Amino acid sequence: MTLTAPLPTEVEEKGPPPAGEAAEVRGGGWFVRITILVVVALWLVPTVGVLVTSFRPEPLVETTGWWTAFAHLFDSSQWTFQNYRDALDAGGFENAFLNSLAVTIPSTVMPITIAAFAAYAFSWMEFRGRYVMFVGVVALLVVPLQMALIPILRLYSDGAQIGGVPIFPDLDLNGTFLGIWLAHTAFGLPLAVYLLRNFIGSLPSSIIESARVDGADHFTIFWRLVVPLSVPALAAFAIFQFLWVWNDLLVARIFLGATEENRVLTLALQTLNGSRGEDWHLLTSAAFISMILPLAVFFGLQRYFIRGLTAGAVKG
Amino acid sequence: MTTTVEEPPAVPPLPPEAPERPRARSTVGLTIMRVVSAAAIPIVLFALLWLTFDFLRDADANRFALAGVAIVVGVGGVFLLYWGMNRVVDLLPDSIRGAVRPYVFVGPALVILAVFLIYPVVNTIIISFGDQQGEGWVGLDNYEFVFTDDSMLRSIRNTAGWIIVVPAVAVSIGLAFATLADRLSRGEKVAKSLIFMPMAISFVGAAVTWRLIYGFRPEGFGTNIGLLNGIKDGLGLSPTAWLQVKPWNNLLLMVIMIWMQTGFAMVVLSAAIKSIPDEIIEAARIDGASEWQVFRRIIVPSIAPTIAVVTTYMVINAMKVFDIVFVIGNAETNETEVIAERMIDWFFLSNHDGRGAAIAVILFLAVIPVMIWNVRQFREQEAAR
Repeated sequence: MTLTAPLPTEVEEKGPPPAGEAAEVRGGGWFVRITILVVVALWLVPTVGVLVTSFRPEPLVETTGWWTAFAHLFDSSQWTFQNYRDALDAGGFENAFLNSLAVTIPSTVMPITIAAFAAYAFSWMEFRGRYVMFVGVVALLVVPLQMALIPILRLYSDGAQIGGVPIFPDLDLNGTFLGIWLAHTAFGLPLAVYLLRNFIGSLPSSIIESARVDGADHFTIFWRLVVPLSVPALAAFAIFQFLWVWNDLLVARIFLGATEENRVLTLALQTLNGSRGEDWHLLTSAAFISMILPLAVFFGLQRYFIRGLTAGAVKG
Repeated sequence: MTTTVEEPPAVPPLPPEAPERPRARSTVGLTIMRVVSAAAIPIVLFALLWLTFDFLRDADANRFALAGVAIVVGVGGVFLLYWGMNRVVDLLPDSIRGAVRPYVFVGPALVILAVFLIYPVVNTIIISFGDQQGEGWVGLDNYEFVFTDDSMLRSIRNTAGWIIVVPAVAVSIGLAFATLADRLSRGEKVAKSLIFMPMAISFVGAAVTWRLIYGFRPEGFGTNIGLLNGIKDGLGLSPTAWLQVKPWNNLLLMVIMIWMQTGFAMVVLSAAIKSIPDEIIEAARIDGASEWQVFRRIIVPSIAPTIAVVTTYMVINAMKVFDIVFVIGNAETNETEVIAERMIDWFFLSNHDGRGAAIAVILFLAVIPVMIWNVRQFREQEAAR
C-alpha cells in the first residue's frame, strides 16, 4: 500500500524539517507562478489583438497579422489614430455612444430606486402577503427575458385587450427611451430586490427601531438612514446593472431599433460587423470604443464590481 | 399640499374612545381637500413627466440635449414619483395610512413585474398555440415543429452542449486558478483582475474580438490575419475555415463564453476559498496531508455550496446564450444554432410569432428546475438567518 502523504516521522527522518519545507514551497511557487503567467497571457491575447489592430493603419491591418506589429513597436508609421476618427464620425459611433448613455444611466437608476423601496418594505414594514410577494419576486429571477419580448413588443405597439376591452393603453412606446428603460427595469428588478432585501434586511434592527421611536416616518428612515447605510450594496448592484445594460444587444435591438438615429453601441458594432465584417481597422476601433466605459468602470470600481457580482451568485 | 398644515389641530381635540364618527363629520372639507390634492399630485407629476417624454420622442432635437434630458428625467422621475406618492399617503386618514404605505413602497415593483414579466409569461404561452400572425389556433403544431425541425433539433443539441461544457470548463479553470493564485506571494490581485476583465466586455465585443482569432481567408485571397491561421501559416500549413468545421465550430464559440465567464467563477470561488479558516488547512498540513489532499478533501467540500451556486448561474447564462452565435452569424449553414437564437430568428427575422413563442416556452420550461432549486436554496438561507 502506498501512502499518498508522507507521514510526519518520515519527513523528520529525511532531514531537517525547515529545509524540506522551504524546498517544497519554492518548488510549488515556481509551478504556480508559471501556470498563472501562462493562463493570464492566454486570456490577454484576444484583447491585445483588438487593441493593437485598432491603432494600425488600414493597409497594414489588411496585409499583415497584428502580431507582426510587435516587431516595429517604435516605428511611428506603423501606428495611427485615424481608425478612431473614422469610426466616431463616419461610423456614427459618437451618436451611438450618446444613445448608450441615455439608455444605460436611467436603466440603472430606475430598478435600484424601485427595488430599494420594495426591499425596505419587505424588510421593515408589516403588511399582509409580505412573504408570498417576496418569494414571488425572487421566483421571477429566472424567467428568461426571451419569454417577455413578444408580449411587451405587442403591448408597446398595440396595447392589450381582453375581448375588445382595452386593459392596457396603446402607449406607442416602441423606439422610445422610456420603453427600453421600463423593459430593462423589469428585467433587473428581481435580482435587485433579492440583493437589496438581503442587505437591507440584515441592517441592525436597533437602528431602525430607535429612529422610529424618535418619530421618524418610514420615508425618512428609508431616505436618511437606510439608503446611506446601503451604499455598498447599491453601488454593487448599480455596477452590475450598468454593465448588463451597456453590453446588452437583444433588448436594445428589439425595443429601440437598429435605425442609425436610435441604435446603441452594441447594435452599431453588430451592424458594422455584418455589413463591413472585413474592415478590421474600423471593427477593432469600434469594438474598443464600446469597451472603454465598461473597462474604466471595471478597473476604477473593481471592489464594488466584484462584490456586486459575488452577491449576485452567493448570498454573502 | 398646504392642507397638511391644517391637519394636526383637527385631530387632538377628538375624544379618544370614539375617534371615527366625529372626525368624519368635522373634517368633510378637509377630506375633500385631501382627495383633491391626493389626485392632483400624481396627475401633475405624470403630466410633467409625459411632456418631457414627448420631447424625447422628438427626432429633430439635438442629440446631446436629448441624451442629457433623458438621463435627468429617467433618474429624477422615479424618485419624484415615490416622493409624490408618499405625500399622498400622508394626506390619508390615520387609520389607513399605516396600512397603505407599504403598498406604495412595494407597489411600483409589483406593477412593473406584473406587466413586464408575469403578463408576458402567460401571453407567450397563449401565442405559442397560435399561427404565424396570431390570427388562428393551431393547437400543438408549433411544439411539433420545435421537436421535428432539423434546425431546431440541432439548436437543442447545441444548447445542451453549451449547458454542459461552458459551466464545467469555466468552473474548473476558475477553481484551479483561484486555488493557485491564493498561493502567490504577490501579484494575485493583478492576475485575478486580468482574468476577470473580459466579464466587462459585451458579447458583441467579444464575438468581434474572437473573429480576429478565428479569422480565415482562403489561399490566394490575401494574408490570413486571424491568429490561429497565422500560426498555421507560420508552420507552413494551409489555413482552416475554423468557424465552418462542423461540429467543432460549436466548441470554438463556447470558448468565447468560457473566456468571458471564467473570471467570474474564479473571483467568486476565490472569495469562498479565502473564507475557509486557516487553522483547518494548517491542521491538515501538519497531519501530513499533501497539497492535493488539502484541495480535494478540505477546500472543495468547504466551498461546495459556492461551486453549486456559480455552476447554476452559468447554466442559466448558457441556456440563454444568444449574442455570440447571432453576431458570429451564419448559424444555420454552420449548424451552430442555439435555442435563444432560433427564437429571435423565428420571431423577428421570419415573423412567425407562434413558433417564436413556442421556442420561448421551451426555454422557460428548461429553466424551471433551476428556478425551483434557486427558491429552495433561498429558503434554506432564510431559515439559517
